[in-house]
Amino acid sequence: MSRYSIFSLIRHARTGHRDWPRAWRSPEPKPAYDVVIVGGGGHGLATAYYLAKEHGIANVAVLEKGWLGGGNTGRNTTVIRSNYLWDSSAALYEKSLQLFEGLSQELNFNVMLSQRGLVGLAHTQHDLREIARRVNAIRLNGIDSELLTPAQIKELVPIINISPTVRYPVIGGSIQRRGGVARHDAVAWGLARGADMRGVDIIENCAVTGIRREGGRVTGLETTRGAIATGKVGIAVAGHSSVLAAMAGFRLPIESHPLQALVSEPIKPIIDTVVMSGTVHVYVSQSDRGELVMGAGIDVFNSYAQRGSLPVIESMLAAAVELFPIFSRLKMMRKWGGIVDVCPDASPIIGLTPVDGLYLNCGWGTGGFKSTPGSGWVFAHTIATGAPHPLNAAFSLERFHSGALIDEHGAAAVAH
Amino acid sequence: MLLIECPWCGPRDEAEFACGGEAHIARPAEPAALSDAEWADYLFMRKNPKGLHRERWCHTLGCRRWFNVERSTITHEITRIYAMGEAAPANENEGEA
Ligand SMILES: Cc1cc2nc3c(=O)[nH]c(=O)nc-3n(C[C@H](O)[C@H](O)[C@H](O)COP(=O)(O)OP(=O)(O)OC[C@H]3O[C@@H](n4cnc5c(N)ncnc54)[C@H](O)[C@@H]3O)c2cc1C
Ligand SMILES: [Zn+2]
Repeated sequence: MSRYSIFSLIRHARTGHRDWPRAWRSPEPKPAYDVVIVGGGGHGLATAYYLAKEHGIANVAVLEKGWLGGGNTGRNTTVIRSNYLWDSSAALYEKSLQLFEGLSQELNFNVMLSQRGLVGLAHTQHDLREIARRVNAIRLNGIDSELLTPAQIKELVPIINISPTVRYPVIGGSIQRRGGVARHDAVAWGLARGADMRGVDIIENCAVTGIRREGGRVTGLETTRGAIATGKVGIAVAGHSSVLAAMAGFRLPIESHPLQALVSEPIKPIIDTVVMSGTVHVYVSQSDRGELVMGAGIDVFNSYAQRGSLPVIESMLAAAVELFPIFSRLKMMRKWGGIVDVCPDASPIIGLTPVDGLYLNCGWGTGGFKSTPGSGWVFAHTIATGAPHPLNAAFSLERFHSGALIDEHGAAAVAH
Repeated sequence: MLLIECPWCGPRDEAEFACGGEAHIARPAEPAALSDAEWADYLFMRKNPKGLHRERWCHTLGCRRWFNVERSTITHEITRIYAMGEAAPANENEGEA
């Protein structure tokens, strides 16, 4: 596999960029692997990549029922940050942000990380106190976070309405300057190419339909492309986690919900940070193509349909127009939904399951894009060694028995 | 967008309702007798089926009464509406695609 560089660009320019090789192979599934990862989203691909790179385990397959990155990885609004409240979350999300900071170099693939800063707004006295508490907790964990006054917010985001006479006036906020966005597809493609280069088989159009077990141990998988024998399986299927758990005979504290997003017609650059409000339920950033990217919270009902209801969109846009009156005559171009795996404490589950050799990575809900490399890094460690890394030890399925929940609703409900 | 037939008020827009999640989760008769795992199963574990889901809805902005709904999580089609306290309808297709 050739490295991408200025020289390869020039070389391929001579042939009109018509003969670039494929970035990864499309192999037939082998009858057996050391490890099989179910789910070819960012988390599954990152896991395979770090299994090969950090643990020397390259006899690995990633099975994806559709196309690579076609789940939430290709549907999310790409917000990246590490400003979570509790120590265990801060450590995990910060690890991921640090991996993101070196990812383009490491993968030799531009993931277009743009650390343009991420502003969270306060609209009530309660918001303000809560944000101050969070900023302090985040700083105590050595992560960058600052409080902002309305005037400072106005300076950063000139189009925002800070009038005190609106229903929910902006009375302050916080910023994580290292937060921002990245290109979601590039993350999936770069990780796929990196994993493939190290020998991992990425197999698309291959749905897992059964999990074979003997005496409480995993022995293999049934798939739409035949049976595959393996002693270790890592599940990273986001919205379908409960379906896979049911195949292995256990239940999860997960419910699958639609999460919607939309983009406007492209316009000139008008906003160069990410702005989010957990109180009026909207967040906004501007893509490199000029589209405004907006989202809000989940639809209330369970669904696997990858679409949601209009009231969520209406209330998100009402909030957007009050915060940014200049948006009022913009046309919205597309809206879509993904199915997110919502956990009762708004934190992920990464670790062992009741079945030996079966490992689980799920519950990222509305906020797992930012954790793609970190999640893969700790999950690869867990699968390779059979025990969690200290960074994911607290995120066990067992915490729902012990009661040691990690409540991140404040950091992860509307904010993704 | 769901059109939900309230048993008392008739078909109304989804925005008038609150969703109460999975139905028919019975509170254990003797909570103190349960193991931590059994308690966790009651409190946190959910069916989350891909297929028919029995769930509770409340007509919050209308008559404010609760009722049960059977709905497909694949198509969103509502196949049955029945009273709170009524047994779950016997249906072979529960959780099937
Ligand atoms: C609208 C929206 C906005 C979001 N915004 C943000 C954001 O701004 N920031 C952020 O950090 N996060 C955000 N998220 C959340 C984020 O997208 C997810 O947490 C993350 O992408 C999950 O990655 P994944 O690899 O676990 O899942 P996915 O990318 O969904 O991958 C799972 C894969 O498993 C496959 N699969 C399922 N069942 C099977 C089977 N039986 N056999 C084989 N394969 C199977 C699926 O086809 C899918 O491709 C958002 C999500 C949505 C929907
Ligand atoms: Zn009613």
